[in-house]
Amino acid sequence: MKKGKKINGAVLKDYLTYAAVVLAFIVITVLDQQGFINNSTRGLLVPICCYIVMAVSLNLTVGILGELNLGHAGFMSVGAFSGVVASLSLADAIPSPVLRLVIAMVVGAAFAAVVGLLIGLPVLRLKGDYLAIVTLAFGEILKEVINALYVGQDSAGLHFGFNFRNNISSINDLHMEEGAKAIIKGAQGVTGNEKLATFGAGIVLILITLFIVMNLVRSRSGRAIMAIRDNRIAAESVGINVTKYKLMAFAVSAALAGAAGALYGSNYASVKASTFDFNQSILILMFGVLGGLGNIRGSIIAAIVLTILPEALRSFEDLRMLIYAIVLILVMIATNNPRVKTLLGCIIPRKKGSSANE
Amino acid sequence: MKKNRILAVLLSMCMAMTLLAACSGGSDETQAPATDAATEAATEAAEGTEAATEAAGGDEGTGTASTASGTFKIGGIGPMTGDAAIYGTAVMNAAQIAVDEINAMGGIQFEFQPEDDEGDVERSVNAYNTLKDWGMQLLLGTVTTDPAISVSAEAYNDRMFMLTPSASSLDVIDGKDNVFQVCFTDPNQGSASAQYIAENNLATQIAVIYRNDDAYSTGIYNTFAEEAANLGLEIVYTGTFTADTATDFSVQLTDAQASGAELVFLPIYYTPAAVILTQANTMGYEPIFFGVDGMDGILTAENFDPALAEGVMLLTPFSADAEDELTQHFVSEYQSRYGETPNQFAADAYDAVYILKAALEAAGCTGDMSAEEICEALVAVMPTISVDGVTGEGMVWSETGEVNKAPMAVIIENGVYVTP
Amino acid sequence: MVFLSYLISGLSLGSVYAIIALGYTMVYGIAKMLNFAHGDVIMVGGYICFIATTNLGLPVWLAVILSMAVCTVLGVVIEGLAYKPLRQAPSLAVLITAIGVSYFLQNAALLLWGANPKMFSPVVTGTLKLFGGQLTISYVSLLTIAACVIIMVGLTLYINKSKMGKAMRAVSEDKGAAQLMGINVNRTISTTFAIGSALAAVAGVLYCSFSPMLMPTTGSMPGIKAFTAAVFGGIGSIPGAFLGGLLLGIIESLAKAYISTSMANSIVFAVLIIVLVVKPAGLLGKYVPEKV
Repeated sequence: MKKGKKINGAVLKDYLTYAAVVLAFIVITVLDQQGFINNSTRGLLVPICCYIVMAVSLNLTVGILGELNLGHAGFMSVGAFSGVVASLSLADAIPSPVLRLVIAMVVGAAFAAVVGLLIGLPVLRLKGDYLAIVTLAFGEILKEVINALYVGQDSAGLHFGFNFRNNISSINDLHMEEGAKAIIKGAQGVTGNEKLATFGAGIVLILITLFIVMNLVRSRSGRAIMAIRDNRIAAESVGINVTKYKLMAFAVSAALAGAAGALYGSNYASVKASTFDFNQSILILMFGVLGGLGNIRGSIIAAIVLTILPEALRSFEDLRMLIYAIVLILVMIATNNPRVKTLLGCIIPRKKGSSANE
Repeated sequence: MKKNRILAVLLSMCMAMTLLAACSGGSDETQAPATDAATEAATEAAEGTEAATEAAGGDEGTGTASTASGTFKIGGIGPMTGDAAIYGTAVMNAAQIAVDEINAMGGIQFEFQPEDDEGDVERSVNAYNTLKDWGMQLLLGTVTTDPAISVSAEAYNDRMFMLTPSASSLDVIDGKDNVFQVCFTDPNQGSASAQYIAENNLATQIAVIYRNDDAYSTGIYNTFAEEAANLGLEIVYTGTFTADTATDFSVQLTDAQASGAELVFLPIYYTPAAVILTQANTMGYEPIFFGVDGMDGILTAENFDPALAEGVMLLTPFSADAEDELTQHFVSEYQSRYGETPNQFAADAYDAVYILKAALEAAGCTGDMSAEEICEALVAVMPTISVDGVTGEGMVWSETGEVNKAPMAVIIENGVYVTP
Repeated sequence: MVFLSYLISGLSLGSVYAIIALGYTMVYGIAKMLNFAHGDVIMVGGYICFIATTNLGLPVWLAVILSMAVCTVLGVVIEGLAYKPLRQAPSLAVLITAIGVSYFLQNAALLLWGANPKMFSPVVTGTLKLFGGQLTISYVSLLTIAACVIIMVGLTLYINKSKMGKAMRAVSEDKGAAQLMGINVNRTISTTFAIGSALAAVAGVLYCSFSPMLMPTTGSMPGIKAFTAAVFGGIGSIPGAFLGGLLLGIIESLAKAYISTSMANSIVFAVLIIVLVVKPAGLLGKYVPEKV
């Protein structure tokens, strides 16, 4: 009885979350049409959508599976580059930008999922900080491999080349026909990208992500994943296939990150592998941790706040990043120190029965 | 930094005072303004004419409707924190000097607002949007290439006039009629370097060390390699590095030495170049080192031993040791404000502001025009104007946005640039 | 002969990594936290030494001591202000705080010392020529390797013989039990940070002698590499950090020389992954079987 009510409550909360996202979209769109949204906010909409998806998908591995991932930006990178290659190479075949954006995101998600599986197989044997460092290592390797990648297109199709040993130094070394199109120029990345991303697409991606993650968490598989997080040995002893569920969480998380990456990549005219470095992974991790591990709504809010914060601090000029760092430290202390927490609890009474884990 | 800003305000006030004093004194030549148009403006201001509304613009005689007036808002974008902070800071500092000088002259007025982009594409577009909210009419930036490509695409869609002091890749201006450069394009530098080496018979066996995760470095290397092959120069060794491995070059230098190269071409910025020179010195390897404009600034790195750079050659449009009045004025002003010697980035930015002024005057823009109107007007006049600045005399632009100015080969002797 | 010179440059780079990794591993062993700000303490150490020698004109040995002192204080202050309130918090919260501290140090350095890179003069100059000049070894390399060995031996002795060392081992084994035995856990952790930060200062001076460009972001790459080295050797293990650091340096140098200069980092990381997949607790790490 009690349990049934709780689940109902949780499902209701899920619907409220979807409703809030849709409402946010409507409100912002209406405000934008009325001219109340300034350029700076408008420009932030798509990146915020990407970061929300990144934060929620990372929360699947870090919060729900309980494994620290320091290379999540690597999946974003795979998604961004495969998505951009897809959308640019189909530019002539498919004129509709919306369709191409959808294809880019699907391709990005698919590639990232494959890479996620490939990485997950060896990596998930490890635990804790060892796993964390291996994800970091994979993130760095992905960055350098994509840095070495050349992709061009001519009438014969796509041409690929890897500049691992200084064998390729420009797109001409791919030996393509005259008038071929360069898509990825090695370390210079994509330079002639078309801006396809829209706020609407971002919102749809957020809704899909929420749908997938929330349903996964509520499903049998989700409970198995959380059981592994809480006690792997106990989970194994009741017959849960640990590797399978770990891989599942990892691949789903990677696929969502890939789709977000494709959206992110489609938002800028230039995309470069070094954008998706260790610092980017850490930034996404910050969203997840600050929002509360395993707390999906928290991740969304943290992603929004932490993306807007550095922009909002622009008036401080030189002190901007310093203040950002101090705010970060203070927030972490305020939310995690028991003494400060009780102090805050006295001022702001916490709602009873709000569960920490979603 | 804060102190610098207060200092800047004080200094600009001082300058305004000197100018006024010059007026009453009746002297004709006051400051050392950077453009012909500016000279005329200053002269006229000195003669007491009405706030330089008559300032003649187009030097090429296009000045039919050449009255520019009012206050223009210039936005600046560049990295002021992070790895590339040195370049963005130099650009913003120098641009501020130029803006203060122009404002002190009377005539058209500039408001300058620098924004930080950390050298990152996303932040750069954010900065661009923030500046649009501020009411930017002209964009000075972006300083680094990758953000510049994305920002120039935005600027093209918005019809915002964009003049980048230092983003040198062709992709920045490619297909965008409203984006212009103050610096050389990468291909231009690569082929000019190869030609210079071949013409002066500096070497036939060449080693190249370049950064292959950087558009600037790769761009120069590619055209250099092509041109070198045409000219019969042999590249005997090619070494690469990335941002993450820019701290140790012992392997590349050992290989370059083993390959018997007489000249090492370094199409890179001066920060890694300084490490290369230091480590080559430790190894006892002494080829000719040949750099490009990114190498400028090597002598300004704090505590850099100039003896290490002895004999280094570079192609650069700017030399802080140049004897001409314009450069000397700029360098001493920069030094007195910021306590550092300006590098080529700063020089390009200083020129960029004067170029904007010249273009605005040539097009007869007024401060109340919208960004789109200014953009269309400037796109029309840019190929017609010619500006003298600290990075070159008689700079002219093609319609594609490339600058045409003469690169100057210099050699470092006893810690100063000398023309060979 | 060329191989030997690559090996030596790898050894000296590895020695720097090892010294930094020692700091990582000690803090991890005792406080069970990844101190991502450690790399930036290296940068501060470099700057202090630079200012002391160039601007204040102090002799090198005094500058190094000064830089160690400043970093020690800095380490203890960071620990006290940022990490101590989070002693009971989940490890990820501490990790994010450490990243906040790292941002803070980098941006504070940018404001204090500006963006213009500073050329660090090596603490010792000159080269040793062997085999009739065929092999040149810089004195900096020799000094780095020597410093690393001395630090390693000294630290092992300190941890194993001294009272504080004993306390450190006890705290790392079981914080609660150590407290019950009358060990001041907070002081032990502070001491660990002090030692780790002093080592970071030494590493900073040596690193900058080797790679002379000093910028506010100088510490981040060696920081990540040293963290890798610490995990490589088995995090929490002092000989492990030593071995991991040296191996990482050698692999990096040889990969650059014989495989690809631009893919060197990837090769280092690939070796790391292979080692960890085969030995999930690092080279010398203790594999603790889970109790049911």
